[in-house]
Amino acid sequence: MKRLLRTLTAAGVVAAAVAGFTAAQADEIVIGQMTDRTGPTANVGGPVGDAVLDYVKLVNSKGGIMGHTVRVLEVDNQYKVPPAVEGYQRMKAEGAVLVGFFGTPITQALTADITKDMIPATSPGFGTAVSADGAAYPYLFPAAASYWSQAAGAVEFARQQMGGLKGKKIAYLFYDNPAGREGLPVLRKLQEIEGFELQEFPVPAPGIEMDNQARDIARRYRADFVISHLFGRAPSVQITALKRAGYPLKQVVSFVWGGSEADVEAAGGYAEAEGYNGLQFAGVGDDFPVRQEIKAMYKAEGKEPPASMASTVFYNRGLLIAGLHLEALKNAIAANGGKANVTGTQVRDGFHAIKDFSMGGLVPPLNLGDGDHEGGGWVRVFTVTKDGFKPAGDWFKGYREVVLDLIKAEIAKSN
Amino acid sequence: MFHRESGYYKTSYEADSALYPLPIARWTIVGLVVLFYVVAPLAVPDYYLTILNLVGIAIVGALGLNILLGLTGQISIGHAAFMSVGAYTAANLATRFDLPFWITLPAGGLMAAAIGVVVGFPSVRIKGLYLAISTLAAQFIIDWFIIHTPAISGGFQSSIQVPRPSVFGVVLDTQRELYLFILVAATIAIIMALNLARSRIGRAFIAIRDQDIAAEIIGINVRRYKLIAFAISSFFAGVTGVLYTYYSGVANNEFFPLTVSIDYLAMVIIGGMGSVLGAIFGAAFVILLPIGIDLSLSSIGPYIFENQGVLSSVKSHMRLILFGGLIMFFLVVEPDGLNRLWLNIRNYFRIWPFSY
Repeated sequence: MKRLLRTLTAAGVVAAAVAGFTAAQADEIVIGQMTDRTGPTANVGGPVGDAVLDYVKLVNSKGGIMGHTVRVLEVDNQYKVPPAVEGYQRMKAEGAVLVGFFGTPITQALTADITKDMIPATSPGFGTAVSADGAAYPYLFPAAASYWSQAAGAVEFARQQMGGLKGKKIAYLFYDNPAGREGLPVLRKLQEIEGFELQEFPVPAPGIEMDNQARDIARRYRADFVISHLFGRAPSVQITALKRAGYPLKQVVSFVWGGSEADVEAAGGYAEAEGYNGLQFAGVGDDFPVRQEIKAMYKAEGKEPPASMASTVFYNRGLLIAGLHLEALKNAIAANGGKANVTGTQVRDGFHAIKDFSMGGLVPPLNLGDGDHEGGGWVRVFTVTKDGFKPAGDWFKGYREVVLDLIKAEIAKSN
Repeated sequence: MFHRESGYYKTSYEADSALYPLPIARWTIVGLVVLFYVVAPLAVPDYYLTILNLVGIAIVGALGLNILLGLTGQISIGHAAFMSVGAYTAANLATRFDLPFWITLPAGGLMAAAIGVVVGFPSVRIKGLYLAISTLAAQFIIDWFIIHTPAISGGFQSSIQVPRPSVFGVVLDTQRELYLFILVAATIAIIMALNLARSRIGRAFIAIRDQDIAAEIIGINVRRYKLIAFAISSFFAGVTGVLYTYYSGVANNEFFPLTVSIDYLAMVIIGGMGSVLGAIFGAAFVILLPIGIDLSLSSIGPYIFENQGVLSSVKSHMRLILFGGLIMFFLVVEPDGLNRLWLNIRNYFRIWPFSY
């Protein structure tokens, strides 16, 4: 009996030691991040991926989140669905408590899975506009202006520029795929409300030939304003084509995937593209404390910061993604009493608790609570000048009620 | 039970046309069935089942394209569009009429078959590269048509959320449940493809592939059989699209771009044209290789690269380079594909240790 007790005690001690060891191991928190460093959206994926890793490294170098280090599991899905499905399951198997999506089809394909697995995910700047509805999409956070909010923001910007919309002619120049067409419902709705004339100019893939549409807009239709929604190489082609057709670029505003440094450079440089406006959901430029901290971190290591930092539009979006992810994690861990063993649902509540998180002006004043997973649909217009991008005004929301009504109607339709 | 023949000893037609020429073949089949139907769902972790699911879906599509490309010798670069047709047919039937999967699955296939016949019409007159271009046009036309028809695509996003399939009231929404669903579908597809090749239709396909004029002279209606080949092949493609739809819970045309058509062509060519086993090998190769490369680079990478950003970038690009390089390597080593490679190994051991 005594011997049995002793054995049991020894076994208990061993078990406790093992448990203690695993608990110590669990201090590392795993988050998943999908990026496309190869494939059709590689120009975005490279800077975004680097930014996420750099930001997490910065936070870890400062002691992590309440003493817990964060590990990023990065998976390149090449904008294809099967690798993304495999990547998501790998993240799940490694215990990721949140996932950053990359690409609209990937977001579509995995939405059912994250809801079932109760793992929150973000889809900033892509995915579906209706996922802003937190009741219908409890675990998906667009967390940045959707195409619907961008369309509303673009119309709002046009209204401000022209001093009113009544009777004006607006051209919508868009990539003829589902993502490109997604802005249409909002534009058509606003056309009814504001009484402007809307003409649609679809551009077939791959969008590297746009002279017909540009001439049509500039000479025949004589648009007062152009709202464009193009991807890949198409935005730069648009700039040169509109310029060739004699259309003033200051009357053009692009959605978020048409206003990066690469687009301007491919169109012939800043002097060529002067006046061109682009919507952004994260700040543009080098003038943010977090970027300086990352540079200082590399300098302290005696290394050069990654070259992708020069692409401030995409790199800063990566910082926004990582910033939001870690802020949600911090909220979740704080709510969990400082312990690292948070669940996906707790991290989701951490996203809900995000309020007034600005990263020194890099992020708009997002508020992800109150059932609005888009955080308000904030956008900011940056205009191309000879010396780079300059903000045209502050963060704003365009026609928020109209967008929210459309989201509600769409959710009601699908139920 | 486990004996080998030491030569070629067929003395009757029955023996020659037997499904399993050796007892070991029958036992292998039994073993595979036990492995995939019993062992895998019980013992394999979820993550690896996900990979098996992706391979299973790809096998169905590769088998279909193999019927067209490998058996009949007709090319199609529009197979992804047929998958799209199947996906949207099933999604519309499942969401508008609440139909169960055992209706939507064949319905998606049949609709794709109908569209496939239309797309296949040029094959009556043109061959080879010209046919490739005309099917390429189908890829874009079908895509455009779906995007611009809200009644089919379900609105501006062109995506329809579809409830996961349910069997006897059980909703199949975990990887393990979906594994069994896809496994059954893939098994049926494999049996159908195996039997098709040995049937009258299959032999007509092979005759057309080898020499269409000769086939016509011996009494095969070439036009009809070419269209049948397109129909059957598109049926498989449509079913693949439906499987993707149920697997991810959404029908979306962006799942099926041109690159998917090319991927499936690669599967058939790498696997070995004209053989069912080849299509299976090809599908497994194209799906597993990038994952395998990624996993192995992820495990050895941290010892070589200190910066995780650099490692990720190198990993992504190395995956493409190794994948392309290995495809070239295998095709140079054995132009007839992985299936021939396997046959060579098998035939060597069949008469081993005698070399003749």
